[in-house]
Amino acid sequence: MTHSFKTGLMLAGLALGALGLADPSPAHAEDDPIRVGSFLAVTGPASFLGDPELKTLEMYIERLNESGGLNGRAVDLVHYDTAGDANKARTFVKRLLEEDEVDVILGGSTTGTTMAVIPLVERAEVPFVSFAGGVSIIDPVKPWVFKTPHTDRMACEKIFEDMQGRDITRVALISGTGGFGKSMRGQCMDVAPTFGIEIVADETYGPGDTDMVAQLTKIKNTEGVEAVVNAGFGQGPAIVTKNVAQLGFTVPLYQSHGVASKKFIELAGDAAEGVRLPAAALLVAEKLPMDDPQRPVVVGYKATYEAVHGEGSVSTFGGHALDGLMLYKGAVEAAGGIEPAAVRDALENTRGYMGTAGEVTMSADDHLGLGLSAFRMLEIRDGDWALVE
Amino acid sequence: MAHNVRPSGYSKFAKKQTYTRRMGTKKNRAQMLLSERGGGLSLLILVILVLPLFLANNYHYDVVVNIGINAIVVVGLNLLIGHAGQISLGHAGFFGLGAYVSAVLTARYGVHGLVALPVGALGVGILAYAIARPVLRLSGHYLAMATLGVGLIIHIVISREAWLTGGPDGMYVPPLEVMGVAVYGGPVWYWIVAGALILAVWLSLNVIDSPVGRALRGLNGSEVAAQAAGVDTTRYKVMVFVLSAVMAAVAGSLAAHFSEFVSPTKASFLQSILFVTMVVLGGMASTFGAVLGAVMLTLLPQVLADFADYEQVILGLIMMAVMIALPKGLVPTLTALVKRWVRRAGS
Repeated sequence: MTHSFKTGLMLAGLALGALGLADPSPAHAEDDPIRVGSFLAVTGPASFLGDPELKTLEMYIERLNESGGLNGRAVDLVHYDTAGDANKARTFVKRLLEEDEVDVILGGSTTGTTMAVIPLVERAEVPFVSFAGGVSIIDPVKPWVFKTPHTDRMACEKIFEDMQGRDITRVALISGTGGFGKSMRGQCMDVAPTFGIEIVADETYGPGDTDMVAQLTKIKNTEGVEAVVNAGFGQGPAIVTKNVAQLGFTVPLYQSHGVASKKFIELAGDAAEGVRLPAAALLVAEKLPMDDPQRPVVVGYKATYEAVHGEGSVSTFGGHALDGLMLYKGAVEAAGGIEPAAVRDALENTRGYMGTAGEVTMSADDHLGLGLSAFRMLEIRDGDWALVE
Repeated sequence: MAHNVRPSGYSKFAKKQTYTRRMGTKKNRAQMLLSERGGGLSLLILVILVLPLFLANNYHYDVVVNIGINAIVVVGLNLLIGHAGQISLGHAGFFGLGAYVSAVLTARYGVHGLVALPVGALGVGILAYAIARPVLRLSGHYLAMATLGVGLIIHIVISREAWLTGGPDGMYVPPLEVMGVAVYGGPVWYWIVAGALILAVWLSLNVIDSPVGRALRGLNGSEVAAQAAGVDTTRYKVMVFVLSAVMAAVAGSLAAHFSEFVSPTKASFLQSILFVTMVVLGGMASTFGAVLGAVMLTLLPQVLADFADYEQVILGLIMMAVMIALPKGLVPTLTALVKRWVRRAGS
């Protein structure tokens, strides 16, 4: 009995000791590596975002270190996989802030995970660049929060701008009821009046619907519809495109940036001919004119990424991560160090940075800094993208 | 003094009769220490008192507070699954509903957090009662299906009603305020959640050791036999279902204020599965098993996060190993071992 009791005590002591030892607090010195923290949805339903983002960060941080690091200091990436779960994101960001003591946080693949951690980074006063789409991340502006991807609102504006050029004023909207379609529908309704556009029909379809003929017939029978805008991603838009062709409906059809992938052309087939959509320049990297200032950036990223991960693997989402990393790099170089407040100010003062998403010029009340030039209007011709200018 | 003996056979002046005395089942000291109500609760309080010494920063507190919140839900769920033998695959729904009632009332309507919490608990209790009456007539797979449906419906409503709940992206929750001071930070929340957990465990242990608990065990063993013995089985099933739903709702409210953010993942089907897994892994019908299950399944993903891609594989292997080696769950198997060991050492 006594013997076993002693063994028990020793075990308990060992366990406590291990707990105590497991917490080395890292001391920061001038020549220590710069610690970049990241939390991305590498697995789970949003992995199509997180996976290329993480690959891009890893690849470019390695390149950065090979070329002598940032301000002469090596860069370390600390990454955790959120699987798209906002609660996990919160815990991991606490870990990044409190335990890993990172100097900057890049990431948050989805709007949900980003929004969940904003109170934490605001309180900790660490610069944070998100790769998520939602406009609510930077509107209203939060001092420590920045983001790189274009927003739904800009996609709507780009579409309406193109319509103005074609003298279209009466528009029918058909949108998916999923998060993306819903958000974009709201934004389009919001900005339509500023472009003199009138929404004359507003239809929706569910995420699992396989036929939208009913909604489109209603739109077709609406008086004076001059164009149809479809907000949604996944299969829905391909079905809408096919149904429009089947109905012999000849008005211009606009899709959103949510379908900007070759998969969409495959799914919609011949019906996709003549469909227009706003998309990031990366999609048409090689088709950009030689004198386009964005050409070297997107062609360079595409070549670098595809050299490692295979032909056709590049996506705009990885580009958002590259932009985030490069914005931080620029800010550190401008601030001459990694002191959080100085880096934050430098980020806010970013002027004319050319990224994969477009030219970024930030200000105290714009923490995105992209103009409408970020989107290119594409038209599908002969089963491929073509630039509309 | 024959007139002092009552017709029931008990003396007015003798010691108060209790269940344990009457049945002659009073425990000796060693047994008391190994029992859940004696040693178990003391050990839990001791661990909770000592633990802050090992928590170095807010991240550690965050993990521990999450463990506590999950443990409250799982302790409640264990009453339903472990003791009453009724499965629920929808408890994350009640958890999420509690969280969203607190979130919406405080953020959108300016209701005080301390008012929103009981409102949420009461609302979920009424909902659970309304659902329980018809649903608990079912058993086995049908009951699992029905509770699964309830959980899914709650999840869908939360994700779809974006004007109220913020939709799939979630919404902010203002921090809890007590007398004008915002409750924020790991250490404060540690004590709040610790208090709630001790209360939940104490409540659970007392329910188990009461006539209600015996009725529940009876209906778990054989519902027909329990009915034949005069137990109103539906009433007890509904009672324990409502109790566990309310505990989940309270934990949800605490979670909402603690994280200052709610998203529909809190109410998702996978979260429900996770709660059930915690009960099974820790050991069914063991309150501390439930706590240990919550500890393991909240802590392991954090510990294994460094293994990145292999995290899920290692987690799966650990769970498989536990279920193969200790099929009754961690705590029941281990306490049985210790009891055998004590008996051998004593003889």
